[in-house]
Amino acid sequence: MDENKKLEKAKRLFIDTSFTPVEYDPQYILMVNNLKKYFPIKDGLFASTVGYVKAVDGITFNIKRGTTMGLVGESGCGKTTTGRTILRLSGEKTAGQVLFNGEEVYDKSPAEMRKLRTKMQIVFQDPFSSLSPRLPVGEIIGEAVKEHGIVTKREYNDYIDDIMDKCGLQPFHKYRYPHEFSGGQRQRICIARSLALNPEFVVCDEPVSALDVSIQAQIINLLKDLQDHFKLTYLFISHDLSVVEHISDVVGVMYLGNLVEYGKTEDIFKNPAHPYTKALFSAIPVPDPKAKMNRIILEGSIPSPANPPSGCKFHTRCPYATDRCKEEVPVQKEIETGHFVTCHLFDK
Amino acid sequence: MSNKEEKGYLSAKESRRISKENKKVTSVLEKKYRRKNESEEEYLTFMEDTNNAVEVRDLHTYFFTDMGIVKSVDGVSFDVPIGKTVGIVGESGCGKSVTSLSIMQLLQRPQGQIVSGEIRLNLGDKAYDIARINAAGAQKLRGKYMSMIFQEPMTSLNPVFRIGKQVDEVIALHNSEMTKEDVKKRTIELLELVGIANSEGVYKMFPHELSGGMRQRIMIAIALACSPKLIIADEPTTALDVTIQAQILDILRTLKDKINSSIMLITHDLGVIAEMADYVVVMYSGRIVEQGTAEEIFASPAHPYTIGLMESKPVVGKRVDKLYSIPGKVPNPVNMPNYCYFKDRCEMCVEKCDGDYPEFISLSPTHKVRCYRFYDQKEGK
Repeated sequence: MDENKKLEKAKRLFIDTSFTPVEYDPQYILMVNNLKKYFPIKDGLFASTVGYVKAVDGITFNIKRGTTMGLVGESGCGKTTTGRTILRLSGEKTAGQVLFNGEEVYDKSPAEMRKLRTKMQIVFQDPFSSLSPRLPVGEIIGEAVKEHGIVTKREYNDYIDDIMDKCGLQPFHKYRYPHEFSGGQRQRICIARSLALNPEFVVCDEPVSALDVSIQAQIINLLKDLQDHFKLTYLFISHDLSVVEHISDVVGVMYLGNLVEYGKTEDIFKNPAHPYTKALFSAIPVPDPKAKMNRIILEGSIPSPANPPSGCKFHTRCPYATDRCKEEVPVQKEIETGHFVTCHLFDK
Repeated sequence: MSNKEEKGYLSAKESRRISKENKKVTSVLEKKYRRKNESEEEYLTFMEDTNNAVEVRDLHTYFFTDMGIVKSVDGVSFDVPIGKTVGIVGESGCGKSVTSLSIMQLLQRPQGQIVSGEIRLNLGDKAYDIARINAAGAQKLRGKYMSMIFQEPMTSLNPVFRIGKQVDEVIALHNSEMTKEDVKKRTIELLELVGIANSEGVYKMFPHELSGGMRQRIMIAIALACSPKLIIADEPTTALDVTIQAQILDILRTLKDKINSSIMLITHDLGVIAEMADYVVVMYSGRIVEQGTAEEIFASPAHPYTIGLMESKPVVGKRVDKLYSIPGKVPNPVNMPNYCYFKDRCEMCVEKCDGDYPEFISLSPTHKVRCYRFYDQKEGK
């Protein structure tokens, strides 16, 4: 009944909710299939919906256990929304599937969801605004541990000390407040907070972009060490390509709500296929003044996701665009094993 | 209690005493800066080399806080040649922004004061010492002879005025003889120059209607409005995406050549520095630790801090298992040690490092470094 109502509403608003469901494959901890997340634009006297911002517009990928997937793209391309939608942090999805350990995240009841939250955690971008200024660090890290009853009361103190130690914090830091810490230390607190719940999967939403270069290296090393120690799976969202290359096993490149290219890190960085990926890589400044600059400079900026271009969304800035790109939406194709591209150039 | 003192906590009494002492110093400096009826001779000076747009000599900029004196810039000297780009690199809090704000005389007064040193600005036929100038004099220079592009284009444009008005303002202020129509014409010209296609339309828009890259273009247009001798770009691309960053850097490079001015580029991204800068200055805790041409710094970095910075940045195409990270953290800016500031974090220490802060050692005519590791080499040769 509920399902039917939803479908009817979607039809009324001209949203395509059709997709082919996927079967669960145990080697993947997370399977995302044709996930869509639209935000309504309200206007007029009665705030009726006049359109949609298509933040995430049908993306498909799988993450293996214990690996890291990097998600790159310009700001406004939907990277963060993807991360939040997977964790069910931004209301209902519009369409698609999110299978975490084979179970649909959006089918859980509130009580089940609460339990699941301990398994999937997030580290936010800005360590200056994501910590409560009124709580001492011990409380910040321990709040959820108490709430979910991860350890008994007797073990609680030792447990917090242990987590803080693993994240490079001293035991006496427990009684201090966030404002007494530097940016790097705060990011360590954020990481400790999410790891205290024993998660299996962590979304790292630009964890290092607000930090200095030398501190960045410390945090990246910490994330890698913790991954080995706790057998974690990361979804690493960043716009810094060099960081993503360093930490990820698999990379996805997003453009305007779509995954334009997706594959193993080596494949993507050595042999980028999609014109957007190529342009993105050529724009990275190389720390060598003698390096030759064969830069593909993209004209203009990213179009509005409320009114995306027809056909291939990249055709307005693409140097290889043809008439076909303006009309036909490309589909994801596998050009070599595990390397997927969404572009008409690779049609045989 | 003793534990607290060690960690830098101050009693209220002590803090009041410091505050009182600071007031004595700053009020004298402030009075000097606010003086009226000055004559030009007071700050007229000569350039050491007329090919330089700016010469900074032994600049000391201190912040008089209630915790004590913070020596944000502590004896910095460098040149910016005409038509060249000088890049200043360093971690946040190393004094790179304060150096640029000192040149612009935009310091947070009265706490922030230029205590000593010279900043010579070349105006073509004459030169001014900005460190000795007064408020009214600085106002005439700012915008016309030197201008600044700020880090965050989102917050540095005024949200209640139209773009056109904000650009017009700069032009009209420094060119009182121009009519309104001329000013508008010039503004539209500038907007086209920085690559805004719909310049007539953008002239009437408000800042919130533009994207980050467009706003940064407007900032550049404002900075270039009077064809200044010196453009200070304080992290101009940090808030932007890589693709937009490439566009903005391209604009900066071409426009600099077009109006033959110099750029002082402040950033912590070594990639941007390598691409843009002719000369590089590396700062650490308020002092220059290494300076030289871009080739020298990137091909043979000498100071352990420079080496550490370069190693800690992941580079596309070079995968390593573990990134190098500089151990420890920046020393407390109030109580600086009397030995090399980097010693506690340095992995290449030699015996001499316990001594005073090292002086500059020249490795080549342009390449200088402040590190004891090179003292022996020099004496041996």
